Amino acid sequence: MGMNITEKILARASGKTSLAPDDVVFVNVDKVMVHDVSGPGVIAVFEKLKKQGMKIEKLWDPSKVWVAEDHFVPSADKISAQNIVLLTNFTKQFGIQKHFKYGMGQYGICHTLSHEEAMVLPGEVYVGGDSHTNTTGALGAFAAGLGHTDVAYVLLKGKIWFKVPSALYFKLNGKLPSHVMAKDFILKIIGDIGNDGAAYKTMQFGGSGISEMSVEERLTLTNMTTEAGAKSGIIEPDQKLRDYLAARGATKYNEVHGDQDARYEKIYEYEASELEPTVAKPFSPENISAARDLSSIELDKAYIGSCTGAKLEDLRAVASILKGRQVKIRTEILPAAISIFKKAMDEGLLKIFMDAGVVVGPPTCGACCGAHMGVLAKDEVCISTTNRNFPGRMGHIESKTYLASPLVAAASAVTGKITDPRDLK
Amino acid sequence: MKGSVIKYERNDIDTDVILPGPYLKIHDYKELAKHAMEGLDKDFHSKVKEGDFIVAGHNFGCGSSREHAPIALSYSGIKAVLALSFARIFYRNAVDGAFLLPIEIDEDAYKDISQGDVLEIETVKNEIKNLTKNKTYPMKPFPELIGKIVAAGGLFNYKP
Ligand code: SF4
Repeated sequence: MGMNITEKILARASGKTSLAPDDVVFVNVDKVMVHDVSGPGVIAVFEKLKKQGMKIEKLWDPSKVWVAEDHFVPSADKISAQNIVLLTNFTKQFGIQKHFKYGMGQYGICHTLSHEEAMVLPGEVYVGGDSHTNTTGALGAFAAGLGHTDVAYVLLKGKIWFKVPSALYFKLNGKLPSHVMAKDFILKIIGDIGNDGAAYKTMQFGGSGISEMSVEERLTLTNMTTEAGAKSGIIEPDQKLRDYLAARGATKYNEVHGDQDARYEKIYEYEASELEPTVAKPFSPENISAARDLSSIELDKAYIGSCTGAKLEDLRAVASILKGRQVKIRTEILPAAISIFKKAMDEGLLKIFMDAGVVVGPPTCGACCGAHMGVLAKDEVCISTTNRNFPGRMGHIESKTYLASPLVAAASAVTGKITDPRDLK
Repeated sequence: MKGSVIKYERNDIDTDVILPGPYLKIHDYKELAKHAMEGLDKDFHSKVKEGDFIVAGHNFGCGSSREHAPIALSYSGIKAVLALSFARIFYRNAVDGAFLLPIEIDEDAYKDISQGDVLEIETVKNEIKNLTKNKTYPMKPFPELIGKIVAAGGLFNYKP
């Protein structure tokens, strides 16, 4: 039996000719990322190791490490300001060149930078100190999130252990209807398989619907594989991806493709024409309903932001709804990287947003993780393009978040209630 | 390893309730411990004792990759979490950082163990003794590599 793309990438990275699910191997890492939460966490691990007598003078390969500032920027308070200083000293000390500093050239959410800047390439093993590192698997790489101790280990040794995940294959037949986005598809999948439906596994996406889908939309799928408990999400490289990467200056890499007879633990098939605008109700991404069935839910706020739902195409979708309309509830739009912010400005999207009455904010994780910049009060109800709606995720433990596509979030902002974009007058 | 049980009969206890997002900027482990389980149980900090175990349902520790979660529990005194299943990043953070033992138990044990029961965990025998109820349950053995990392006292002490 042949190997799927994930098994092949891990086999190459561990120097094996073949691997099967449940094999445990140490793999060589190609790229590693930390941000303003995991970076200081890793520094704390280094301090602990030093106290135990370990000498830490250099990293395994600073050129393979990159750093983002995204969670608590612009600094939410004194501690977060201090963390940025800590992070800056760290990159200086160890000679890390790729540090996307907030307010200096390109900056934004780490997972967004991973594709906007082509920081990760097809066929690579990429790990990051963040659970949504899975996002970058849409570039044909093995991408998985790790904690601080594991990232510290990678920074010093260049490798880490993985148990080879078995693969669930999600096949999408046909092109998504214009009112349906990748977000609706992934919410539907999580609703079907549950919060731990892909625990320890990889979720691979393919089929004609994926070939039709833009790279940015694919990134929404892989981003939320984390919400199904997956180790990674992945999509095989194709011409659309090559063009996307070439536009970002990356043309040299070693693509990996699965064998014809690759093994998958299970294959799920979806017809694009049967999908519809879908919303995840509080307090779990698996708790889904058709947007239409929730049209009586009154909202206090709409949040369009995060690595999941504030890419350029997400903003275009929002603008297609807000153009010439007014929002009825507080609405915040935070493009996921400054490069996207600029493109949105050039395309006139920001003007559409502001004319509609929206506040446009700088790129940051902000309220997505309840950190700052628009967190929710007790009993407040929010519709959000983010990826998690656990209790307290976006603020008060008794606030409520409904997860939706950018189209649904925008349509709901206009009416003040959860709204299927098809029902907007 | 002996300790008493704090039980939460819930699945999907996520890292946002184990250690809420606003505290992510904190990297002082003792300070983090003060906020452990805050999203689910406001009294946790006052009732937890050194050596206690948490017992919970499926998918414990799902959500973000924050190592703050096992750290906050560990520095609160928790030595092991016994759950029906674990989310992957929580599991590897707990093991690789040697913060606490993530132990998979079966449905029977999960149902039988009550709040406050005193347990003795014997990882060598893959057994959990309930000293309060005078019963013994099996625990799922650690996979080979995990067992070695646990025995070494964390990933950095493990020699591949
Ligand atoms: S935007 Fe939200 S999900 Fe994405 S990295 Fe930031 S906190 Fe995590």
